Amino acid sequence: MKILVAVKRVTDPDARIRLNADATGIDMTGVEYKVNPFCENAVEGALQLRDAAGGEVVVVSIGPEEVDTYIRTGLAMGGDRGIRVPLEDENLDSDVVARVLAALVAKEEPELVMLGKQAIDGDNNQVAQLLAGYLGWPQACFASEIALSDDQQSAEVTREVDGGLEVLNVGLPAVISADLRLNEPRYASLPGIMKAKRKTIDVYEAADLGVDTTVKVRVLKLESPPERAAGIKVDSVDDLLGKLRNEAKAL
Amino acid sequence: MQFLDNFLDETHHMVRATCRRFAETEIAPHAYEWEEAEEFPRALYNTAAEAGVLGVGFPEEVGGSGGSYLHAVMAIEGLMRGGSTGVTVGLGTAGIALPAIIQSGSAELIDRFVRPALAGETVSALCITEPGAGSDVAGIQTRAIREGDSYRVNGSKMFITSGVRADILTTLVRTSDDPHLGLSFLVIESASPGVSVSRSLKKTGWRASDTAEIAFDDVVVPADQLVGPEGSAFVTLMKNFQMERLALAAYGMATAEIALEETKKYVAERKAFDRPIGSFQVTRHKIADMATQVVALKTLVYQVAKRMEEGFDATTEVSMAKNLAAETAIAVTYEAVQLHGGMGYMRETLVERLSRDARLLPIGGGTQEIMKEIISRRL
Repeated sequence: MKILVAVKRVTDPDARIRLNADATGIDMTGVEYKVNPFCENAVEGALQLRDAAGGEVVVVSIGPEEVDTYIRTGLAMGGDRGIRVPLEDENLDSDVVARVLAALVAKEEPELVMLGKQAIDGDNNQVAQLLAGYLGWPQACFASEIALSDDQQSAEVTREVDGGLEVLNVGLPAVISADLRLNEPRYASLPGIMKAKRKTIDVYEAADLGVDTTVKVRVLKLESPPERAAGIKVDSVDDLLGKLRNEAKAL
Repeated sequence: MQFLDNFLDETHHMVRATCRRFAETEIAPHAYEWEEAEEFPRALYNTAAEAGVLGVGFPEEVGGSGGSYLHAVMAIEGLMRGGSTGVTVGLGTAGIALPAIIQSGSAELIDRFVRPALAGETVSALCITEPGAGSDVAGIQTRAIREGDSYRVNGSKMFITSGVRADILTTLVRTSDDPHLGLSFLVIESASPGVSVSRSLKKTGWRASDTAEIAFDDVVVPADQLVGPEGSAFVTLMKNFQMERLALAAYGMATAEIALEETKKYVAERKAFDRPIGSFQVTRHKIADMATQVVALKTLVYQVAKRMEEGFDATTEVSMAKNLAAETAIAVTYEAVQLHGGMGYMRETLVERLSRDARLLPIGGGTQEIMKEIISRRL
């Protein structure tokens, strides 16, 4: 089974975020990138399926040369080869990403595409759904468990929904997005890292893939959340009730 | 720090990132608790081995993960992100206990002692220092007297990192009276009759690692547990000190860098006189000084590791790096504690721990003064 798995780099969630001068994005001075944690779950999920069913895992990312590191990490974990499509972050929205991935699917013809359920920077949670839409494939998002059928024609996917679990049976090919509970991603071992050095990462230009890269969403302005005001202490329960009733209008 | 990326290739970045992820997941959440308990769970050796973290810098042929000096530096840098020098050095004692055994080339000793240690199944420790001899290794008194097919060992060893629960002890013993050529290494199993931990020592820092005084009382050690030929230990020791010094330089470098980052975060949040204290010029200039020291140190450590990797004899420079790292770690953690104010004096604060941990750096693995002797003689 051939599995295409996408990885995205995100700004370090522990970094102090500042807006750039015109407030259309984040000032990246001194801010480092990390791999999106849900993407690591997707890679681990893909590797486990491949190890069980045989086949190939192709690790894909979109971005400048620096994202090769994150593709290479997927290869060090055990991925077979990589593909990078060079586009700059500011020229991307969820829809462009989905269209690029759809074009790669047309070229690679995998039986399964795996992604993280969302990236922890933009938190858009759209690519898997859009991609399934463009491909006309079934989708199973927020997977916490995946069981492949014996004939490898379908997968039973447990997804985490509000108030419980939902089990879907999707026919392959399909798009699955991974939740944190899906697995515990393995560590890339040094021998794996050394081997990954010799694995190929192909670079495909979006234009050569025939993808229209016009963005549909433009960020006009970002604003920092307002500073939280200091709290107050109340003298009595009556005082508290009064304030909740009259000032906060919570009662 | 992208400035120094010219030293690193993707494999270095990935080793550091892997070790950092391991440390942030497996160490950081428990660092304070383990520090107070003065011990970390033994199972962490297995977890670290499974993650491939334990064997970085050891050849794959002996059960390691491969990689060279700079990879080992990356591993330390990543592991220190757990915020506990104690845990990092405790996990790392294989790095000082095993090289002599590996260099002896004995397949039997490697199979018996090296592989299980790198697999996290056993804990290993290096025993050199004695109550009466530290930097002056020629003064070693622990005796091993050959009796047929075995040695009879008597003496005691002091300040042995991981010594309380180590299974195998790579022990420096005296096999003849020659100050240097009378020194040999024996692998002693701690379960052997006559081996006892006389004391588990209480320390200023590195508290999550156990440190022991170990006594050998008529311990009978099979002669095939001699490492290399009799009398070869001094030369082996001098050679392996280079890696130990590099490792200590890397601990100092990571200590200073983490203290700097913690402080940058703290001064941006902490307010006094209605402003973040990081906006005061006095604070900004202190941070500027700390950052400058960190970059200078890191540049030296990376360069030394790189040159050692290339086979260059960096004895002088690695000693310099070890000293600079010790001084920088102490200076930077001092200011870090100062800028944290009262919080900096609390045991729950990371920079407090780092400042205590840093104090060992000019003492352990060759004192500041011994390093200066080495440097000055080679100038």
